[in-house]
Amino acid sequence: MKLNVPRLLLRLTCLLIAIWLVAPTLIVIPMSFAGQKSLAFPPKGFSLQWYENFFTNPQWIGSLIVSAKVALMVAVVATIIGTMAAIGIERMKGSAAGIIRAVLITPMIVPGVVLAVGIYAVYLDTRLVGTWTGYVLAHTLLAIPFVVIAVGANLAVFDARLETAAASLGASRLTTFFTITLPLILPGILSGSLFAFVTSFDEVIVSLFITSPQLKTLPVQIYSSMTRDADPTVAAVGSLIFLATSLIIGLGLIFGMRGRKA
Amino acid sequence: MPSKPAPRVLRGPLYLTLPALAVLVLVMAVPLGVIVLRSFMEPQPGLANYVWFFQTKVNITVLLRTFSIAFWVTLCCVLAAYPYAFAMSVVGPRLRLAMIMCVLVPFWVSGVVRTLAWVILLQDSGVINRLLLSMGFEKVRLIRTQLGVTIGMTQVLLPFMIMPLYAVMRGIDLRLLQAARSLGAHPVKTFLQIYLPLSLPGVFAGVTIVFILALGFYITPLLLGGPQSTMLSTLIQQQVLSLLNWGRGGAMGVVLLIATFGILAIASPFMKRKYQMSGGSK
Amino acid sequence: MTLETVTKGAAVDICGVSKVYGNFTALDNVSLRVEPGEFMSFLGPSGSGKTTTLNLIAGFTDLNGGEIRLGERSIGHVPAHKRNIGVVFQHYALFPHMSVAQNVAYPLKQRRVAKVDRARAVDLALQKVQLEKFSHRYPSELSGGQQQRVALARAMVFTPSLLLMDEPLGALDKKLREVLQLEIRRIHRELGSTFVYVTHDQEEALVLSDRIAVFNKGRIEQVGSGHQLYTQPETLFVGQFIGESSVLRGTHRTQGNETALTVAGATLAVSGQAKSDAAHVILLRPENVRVQPKGTGRHDGMTNIISGTVREMLYLGAAMKYEVGLADGSHVIARTPTQTEPFAIGQPVELAWNLKDGTLLADDGSTAGHEA
Repeated sequence: MKLNVPRLLLRLTCLLIAIWLVAPTLIVIPMSFAGQKSLAFPPKGFSLQWYENFFTNPQWIGSLIVSAKVALMVAVVATIIGTMAAIGIERMKGSAAGIIRAVLITPMIVPGVVLAVGIYAVYLDTRLVGTWTGYVLAHTLLAIPFVVIAVGANLAVFDARLETAAASLGASRLTTFFTITLPLILPGILSGSLFAFVTSFDEVIVSLFITSPQLKTLPVQIYSSMTRDADPTVAAVGSLIFLATSLIIGLGLIFGMRGRKA
Repeated sequence: MPSKPAPRVLRGPLYLTLPALAVLVLVMAVPLGVIVLRSFMEPQPGLANYVWFFQTKVNITVLLRTFSIAFWVTLCCVLAAYPYAFAMSVVGPRLRLAMIMCVLVPFWVSGVVRTLAWVILLQDSGVINRLLLSMGFEKVRLIRTQLGVTIGMTQVLLPFMIMPLYAVMRGIDLRLLQAARSLGAHPVKTFLQIYLPLSLPGVFAGVTIVFILALGFYITPLLLGGPQSTMLSTLIQQQVLSLLNWGRGGAMGVVLLIATFGILAIASPFMKRKYQMSGGSK
Repeated sequence: MTLETVTKGAAVDICGVSKVYGNFTALDNVSLRVEPGEFMSFLGPSGSGKTTTLNLIAGFTDLNGGEIRLGERSIGHVPAHKRNIGVVFQHYALFPHMSVAQNVAYPLKQRRVAKVDRARAVDLALQKVQLEKFSHRYPSELSGGQQQRVALARAMVFTPSLLLMDEPLGALDKKLREVLQLEIRRIHRELGSTFVYVTHDQEEALVLSDRIAVFNKGRIEQVGSGHQLYTQPETLFVGQFIGESSVLRGTHRTQGNETALTVAGATLAVSGQAKSDAAHVILLRPENVRVQPKGTGRHDGMTNIISGTVREMLYLGAAMKYEVGLADGSHVIARTPTQTEPFAIGQPVELAWNLKDGTLLADDGSTAGHEA
């Protein structure tokens, strides 16, 4: 470890990898201010027309609202269902817990298109194509693994002896859950719900199959805009999402720090 | 002998998992079941769709290409992620946070938008080609080629390799390396005989996840690739949406499913940590 | 319901209680009475059933058989949160998201004590453990000893008639343990509640308790005061678990009220009768064994003599400790006041002791039970 050459090499490699990871994301931001309708980089000129287009075009705004609503519902439903499951798994003894956990994580592994085709087939028969229920159900399925993992990780470090202590101090099971367990696994639940929201908000494959002209999510709109118009509005959307995510994560970090201190 | 408590302990937690399992059955198990069923039943009952799949040259080409792209993407991911994750596990907390941010930032912008960025970068008159030209190299065709698809997919999947690797490497006691050095082992030997074996579970986990995800990739190859780099997912989508042939699309889907879970089943025993770290606090 | 008045401690009656985990019998038909206001310790090695008994009293595990009464009330099937028993845990089990004051107020909140009374009771409880200045801190900002004091305050703030402690000092270092032992004694005196204290540390049990119940392999071997257990152990396990001892094994013959044991060629007398033909031993306490030069013989009323060789000599300040090897390979520990001319290692010596200082016990196969 005293040799500096390998160390320097490692640093350089990591720097290149970091740039490779981040650059394609950041490139979207200058693109969104392009003066012309072209996707050449670096962009020529400066304008806010792509932002204007996003905020004034009902297609774009409509899909944003649909996505936000769906993602919010998914976050609520998946968080409740996933948290319950994570608690159940944690309390289960033996191999049953492992099996159920593995089963609940499979939606992450099943190839997207196969799942999408299957859901499309079922939705055609049950008339769920292009419906709120259809979106929420499908996205909830994809979000549950993230909640189970996030809450499960928090439960794994949760000291179950605190529940015993609460019982000895006179708290019923329900009171114990709400005064001890829930506050202590709240970080996991919050990050799980955030993952659930993002999963739904970003989901494109299944949505592409079950979409309808009347009810279209933002990623579907982005996709069709990319394949049809190929104008920098997509870059503007990407930049806005990046900004919003940065804000949420920034706030989360600040609150997280404060929460830990308090 | 234990009489009544057993069922109560077991049944309570199971109830809690039922809603999640219900969603899983309704929105995953039933749809996949329908796919499997249709692959055998449409248009006529039998194995016709599978016979067709394996006897059509294009399908075999695409199937092999899917595996080959997944292989190269996985390889690139391992090569890039290993030094990065190692560095993450040894640097100070501030730098580590910055490195983690770099891994997570790609998730901050929608996956479709990220693919757009790659389209911009990889196109014939894009940044990469101009950089190559200015350095005196020849122009390389990237967009709509397997190379372009591989580059884009590697970037998208790299975090899925870095995270499991980092998780394992963080748990490796670096004092072991010092111990090996003090016992007279050469640094390279120390790495090969001590560090590498201890980090292997993380490598296996990352390789499995990346390979499986790569097999089923859809959006990136669709937007970055061309006819010469079609992957299996695109073919399935074409059969179902363009040709309305559910049977053939279903058979392809089943092949992809079997490949995915087959690989998972083979790989999962290798992902377990064989050696429990002794000593030291968590 | 405040700490200002002395609580009436309640008696605990454990009647024929058993607990089975799969095919492991953790408790086998155990019966025990803890008197009102008594400080009783459950002492035993790990896995002996002492913590299981405590968990059964607290209601953390279900009974497989038998009955538990607290005062007049049968509590065997009352859920833990309705038993009104204070519990102090080894790892404190303080709620990390609550301040010290909130932790201590928790049991009062569950009992819907009015806010004013609650604040007063919390203050008083924190005063008792000398932590009144820390009420706004969080557990993570306290030392281990302070955390355990908070746990103690939290367990007694609702003036339970019974307080259970599960190795509460196990995670602390020796010095802090001794300080807290004194505090626990003081609190027991001031509070008047019945205390049940689980420990594997015999010294701690001796310091704290009115009586000690010695657990082994899911049974109670003996219940008694520390003095009784030390001077009149009923089983070899108890004799060896409490204090230091030497064990002499040999063939025995009972005559009248005395038994003679032949050990390494010497015939040693001990009062009492062997209960059966099974193997018996003589248990000796180090302070009762005299080391004397070879050939001194029986005098000063020393009835038993056996010769041996000094194997080890330890200087302990006020006392000296000898380990003397016998011809059969076993050894005897003797403690004597510090001598100006100690015996040298390798020197042949005689060991002598009085008839009444040896204890005749059935050999239950137990060996020196505990380390440190």
